[in-house]
Amino acid sequence: MEISGAEIVTRCLQEEGVEFVFGYPGGAVLEIYDAIFKQDQFKHVLVRHEQAAVHAADAYSRSSNKVGVALVTSGPGATNAITGIATAYMDSIPMVVLSGQVGTPVIGSDAFQEVDMVGCSRPIVKHNFLVKDVRDLAATFKKAFYIAATGRPGPVVIDIPKDVTMTKCVFEYPKSVSIRSYNPPTKGHPGQIKKAAQLLSEAKRPFIYVGGGAVQGGAGDLVTELVKHLNVPCTNTLMGLGALDGTDPNFVGMLGMHGTYEANLAMQYCDVLIAIGARFDDRVISVPSQFLSNPKKIVHIDVDPSSIAKRVKVDVPIVGDVRHVLTDLIAVLKETGLKPNPDALGQWWKQIDEWRKPNCLLYTPSTEVIKPQHVIETLWKVTNGEAIVTSDVGQHQMWAAQYYKFRRPKQWINSGGLGTMGFGLPAAMGAQLANPDAQVACVTGEGSIQMNIQELSTCKQYHTPVKVLSLNNRYLGMVRQWQEFFYGTRYSESYMDALPDFVKIAEAYGHVGFKVENPADVEPVLKEAFGPSLKERLVFIDFRTDQTENVFPMIQNGKGLNQMDLPAHMRGMQQVPFDNNRDYGNLA
Amino acid sequence: MRHILSILIENEAGALSRVTGLFSARGYNIDSLTVQTTEDATLSRMTIVTHGSDDVIEQITKQLNKLIEVVKVIDLNEAEHIERELMLIKVRATGKDRDEMKRMAEIFRGRIIDVTEKSYTIELTGAGDKLDAFIKAIDPAVILETVRTGASGIGRGERILRV
Ligand SMILES: Cc1ncc(C[n+]2csc(CCOP(=O)(O)OP(=O)(O)O)c2C)c(N)n1
Repeated sequence: MEISGAEIVTRCLQEEGVEFVFGYPGGAVLEIYDAIFKQDQFKHVLVRHEQAAVHAADAYSRSSNKVGVALVTSGPGATNAITGIATAYMDSIPMVVLSGQVGTPVIGSDAFQEVDMVGCSRPIVKHNFLVKDVRDLAATFKKAFYIAATGRPGPVVIDIPKDVTMTKCVFEYPKSVSIRSYNPPTKGHPGQIKKAAQLLSEAKRPFIYVGGGAVQGGAGDLVTELVKHLNVPCTNTLMGLGALDGTDPNFVGMLGMHGTYEANLAMQYCDVLIAIGARFDDRVISVPSQFLSNPKKIVHIDVDPSSIAKRVKVDVPIVGDVRHVLTDLIAVLKETGLKPNPDALGQWWKQIDEWRKPNCLLYTPSTEVIKPQHVIETLWKVTNGEAIVTSDVGQHQMWAAQYYKFRRPKQWINSGGLGTMGFGLPAAMGAQLANPDAQVACVTGEGSIQMNIQELSTCKQYHTPVKVLSLNNRYLGMVRQWQEFFYGTRYSESYMDALPDFVKIAEAYGHVGFKVENPADVEPVLKEAFGPSLKERLVFIDFRTDQTENVFPMIQNGKGLNQMDLPAHMRGMQQVPFDNNRDYGNLA
Repeated sequence: MRHILSILIENEAGALSRVTGLFSARGYNIDSLTVQTTEDATLSRMTIVTHGSDDVIEQITKQLNKLIEVVKVIDLNEAEHIERELMLIKVRATGKDRDEMKRMAEIFRGRIIDVTEKSYTIELTGAGDKLDAFIKAIDPAVILETVRTGASGIGRGERILRV
């Protein structure tokens, strides 16, 4: 039996087991919307702006093991989706975005709502397709889902001209897919894995550095096993948080621009580094030459060969799926009994504990004004560290990353690579739909939340009872911090004047709103928000926080990992206490 | 250093723009690019001449391999190879220049493929430096127009690039 292209679209989505499509209708996709109307296997979530549809689909994917799906119309619908697609691309999130296109006969004629979506999205997708023949539609869907989810994941766009959705053909969903030019790696090279084990056994100051690849690759358990087996200190990047439990004694905190003192110094001074699904990016290691000024051997495990040796030359590259590689590495370590020298390791731990002692995340508590760090710590306490936390971009994002000790992968959802303000609320919505029983918190700022605040309406419609914690410092805080440090306190356009009454806004959208000004109210309000009486409600909490608080530690542009700006109680502290020539092996 | 990359890529709409987009987005150089379908109509063969440090060339190769439609990439510089480029050059051929141009074309093993009272069009193939040498060897004032294809390359002997 022949069915229309639009019906084929919905059938393909059903075949892929899609649960939710996040979208917004328009002329070019009306046939598809009609087909959606006639089916009830998946639900459509009507957002209020296409950017939010893509962020929601993205976070749906980040917080589950499924591929998120967004659907937008041609022209402005498609261009509105671009920021969301770029956000997912930078963080390697599997996603399929369907965009409508004008009819094939008028493509290229500057038709109404025509935009070259394949061209616009090319640099920010893993792959994209323009389907010009309805007979190619099903196979394209099969390929798109396969490409999005395998290898290094990423967003895939399918651009579908309107006439294709109206044309009929027989539907048959391919059972399998194989693309001769696309063969994502699985197993790592056994010789390289042996070399890595050998290097570890020679290490005096081993260190494990885990990025978003381990989270996306579902390898949190194996990372933990490796860390525990070797008893080596471990850091997670902003994207890797949760890969190792934030409360684990082997965890030394996040590293990078706002990483902990101990993580950054351990990264700088280790002698054997195992990088797992991480890419040595500029916000993590700052300047490569500085990072390498203390010599170290580097093992780099990544599914994407182009991530290896991109910024830093490595000694043992291992290309492969992180689960496969870690399984094999652990097996080799166990078989051979290879381990770092225990005496040296003991000395290394002593050094790490020395670095830990001053507690670089200590802040000055106050009974007068709400400290943003205190809000996050209390959130952790009230949710028992179990909530899924999404964030926007700015100081609040860094505080959430530093102070909420994520217990497991996929619990922390933020735009790390692109740094997209406006991500948090739609992301919370997507995460809540993927995890209906979880507590979902969106940590945001009064600047970021206003970039997609209209989604409060979508949250109402689809009953996503997320809790929005807005750390309202009346500043574009991260911008203000840079202006304070680097631009002589000239706060150019970083003040948020004429703020709305957020409680009223929340209420106007049918939600619950609180304004909190007194530090003593932080905990009771959070308890109430997460308590049984408001379980089914979205709660917006406008925390009036300390306006001048800064995020520490901080590594300024161009500085090395051992050249941090430290919080007041650590200022002037020695960051090169480390004698590279000291032989830890002989000390014990 | 100059490198010559050979790429087998699916013969699909938009594949070429993915390759050129990659080069411009990542700031790599394209000195020349040629492309045509192969004996297998589903595949195109591309030759890109680029330059950069070894690290950059390694990244270019990896990034090209990452494109879904790229089937294979090799760096011809890694072994013996042959390159050829075609140039069509139109020169003024009047008076004493007429004989001189004919002589030069013969020296460079070129062929005169179009003749008018005032001009010759000469076809020349060879490695790029041979074509450069021809241009240098003749009086710049007689050159009316040049068109060059950019290099195509192939490995020597048993070295074969195919699926
Ligand atoms: C879409 C977008 N525009 C601009 C920026 C640059 N930027 C980064 S942080 C920031 C300030 C964010 O302010 P707010 O949301 O209030 O958070 P705070 O830093 O105060 O916690 C800005 C403007 C960005 N990351 N994203």
